[in-house]
Amino acid sequence: MNMFTQAFSSLGVTLRIMSYNKVGFAGFLMVIFIVLVSFVGPYFVPLDSETKVDQIFQPPSAQYWFGTDHQGRDIFSHIVNGGKDVIIVAVIAATLSTLIAVTFGTFSGFAGGRTDAVIMAITDIMLTIPQLPLLLILASLLQFENIASLGLLLGFLNWPSLLRAVRSQALSLKERDFVEAARALDLGAPHIIFREIVPNMMTYIIISFALAMTGAIYAQVALVLFGLVPFSGSNWGVMLSLAWVRGAIFFKDSIWYIMMPIAAIVLLQLSVVTTTRSLELVFNPRLRSGE
Amino acid sequence: MATTLDAPPIVPAEIEHMSGRMAGIWNSFILRRLLKALFTAFVVVTLTFFLIRLLPSSPIELFIQELMVQYSMPYHQARDQAAALFAIDLDQPLILQYFDYLGGLLRGDLGTSILSPGTPVTSFIKRFLPWTIFSVGLALIISFTTGVILGLVMAYRREGWIDHILTVIASILSAIPNYIFGILLIIWLGVRWGVVPVAQMRGSLSPGVHPGFTLYFLKDALFHAALPITAYVLTTVGTWMLTMKSSTISVLEEDYVTVARAKGLTESRITTAYVGRNASLPLFTLLAISIGFVVGGSVLIETIFQYQGIGYVLLQAINRRDYVVMQGVFLIITLSVIFANFFADMLYSWVDPRIKFGSQE
Repeated sequence: MNMFTQAFSSLGVTLRIMSYNKVGFAGFLMVIFIVLVSFVGPYFVPLDSETKVDQIFQPPSAQYWFGTDHQGRDIFSHIVNGGKDVIIVAVIAATLSTLIAVTFGTFSGFAGGRTDAVIMAITDIMLTIPQLPLLLILASLLQFENIASLGLLLGFLNWPSLLRAVRSQALSLKERDFVEAARALDLGAPHIIFREIVPNMMTYIIISFALAMTGAIYAQVALVLFGLVPFSGSNWGVMLSLAWVRGAIFFKDSIWYIMMPIAAIVLLQLSVVTTTRSLELVFNPRLRSGE
Repeated sequence: MATTLDAPPIVPAEIEHMSGRMAGIWNSFILRRLLKALFTAFVVVTLTFFLIRLLPSSPIELFIQELMVQYSMPYHQARDQAAALFAIDLDQPLILQYFDYLGGLLRGDLGTSILSPGTPVTSFIKRFLPWTIFSVGLALIISFTTGVILGLVMAYRREGWIDHILTVIASILSAIPNYIFGILLIIWLGVRWGVVPVAQMRGSLSPGVHPGFTLYFLKDALFHAALPITAYVLTTVGTWMLTMKSSTISVLEEDYVTVARAKGLTESRITTAYVGRNASLPLFTLLAISIGFVVGGSVLIETIFQYQGIGYVLLQAINRRDYVVMQGVFLIITLSVIFANFFADMLYSWVDPRIKFGSQE
């Protein structure tokens, strides 16, 4: 019981700190809203997959909030049902790349010497290879069975710049007094890395996680849009791709079909990016005084 | 004991001299960067080869199966044809194939296209790569200078309305994917408002126009590259603006700026020679990452605008499963990014001479 009240009160404190930055907090609320709509919404708004020949490319109305697509299906229901996969892939990818970057970045900065040189050389090479062409080629060669493997591939390609940032942070933290003290107490490398260095890098890790998410959203929608991932089901990328291919851009009333997935993707990207401003305040107390 | 410890190491004078010179060469910034670029190029070449040969669904195996299914060829005939097109002798052990491949690369032989028989991959590259270098290079220059200037303005007018508006615009711009910008440009400028003739702007040149040092050619090339360049600039300029702003704000607090003010230098000289030059340094390190991102993004942007550069060719090759072209073009794109990074490093060491002498990485 005590643990619960404690957890709730710290959640309240966190939310209050986050609200110091208005733009960041708005972004955070938007992310919550999008996640809720994408995961809970499908239970209330079933996917409209029925072709209605007399309802093709309708503008928004009371019946069809966002209009209808090239088969007369309700765009609103597709937007509500199309966010889940996008978010799941982004979270898987961001988790994997953050995990790789934080583990090897702190290890590299902490170990120094030859280990550091080797890890950084590999990172530099990965950083130089243009990610998107490599991703397009890999996606066309590997056959994806499910969205999880797509997320893993995206995460596996997206760590290098993050690793560099984590390593330089670890390098500067390594020289601080509290790490020196821990070393003098002979607390061992795992304790120093996970109890002293990593918690002090939380700002970077969380922000990097958010940026890795936007990177993954960018890449997965690109893959779907250019037809390199066999797409099934409903997904904002698939909608964008279909709208583009079916010439939705050419008519005044059909423009809704392509603008809605665009709006959804851009809104998700923007709100994830702006949320980082509020998260900065939570994990970096020194920034709070300025607000 | 003590004497042996204290005795200086016996090293002949020449060897000491040599090692000093070796250290000097090793410390040379340019040489170190060149070696790094060459090493990266070598790794990428190797990686591409083994990727194509060893992946579970290796393109060569896929192609052999395609030939067998489509033309009902026997396995060995399909295999011979695949080997000829990929310029690989499949009967040799893998390591010898690899050396053959390296030798071919050094001679400038990248194999022959599967779908356009008889067309060497190098001819694709010669024809399409210049357009990508032209449009991406011009876009990077425009976006970099615009970002630096606007970032300076934002820092000087910080907390003013112009800073607030520009910061919001920059944040929004940097969050929107480049291909979405491309689609939005086509929808609104091209189709709905009809201010830009999108259909005529497809391709890299109008029919009947030939490259040459004429104003007509230059105008036509810019006309066709205008939309891709706009898309590249819009997606990258936000990051430059925000980085330049924060960098300028920290430079403005430096002592040498205060000294320059105290000396009574004109504000314009302080802004350009003292603040601007120093504040733009961090941007040069970002340039390397940005080049890779923009060149990579050219695959999508060029396809959306049907601009015939190397990225367009790559996506076509991927979609049509022309593995030889895919492999060659990917290699060339990566090599040009490595070269561009080397060039950005040189530029950086020219702008900031300190890094030539420091031993920092």
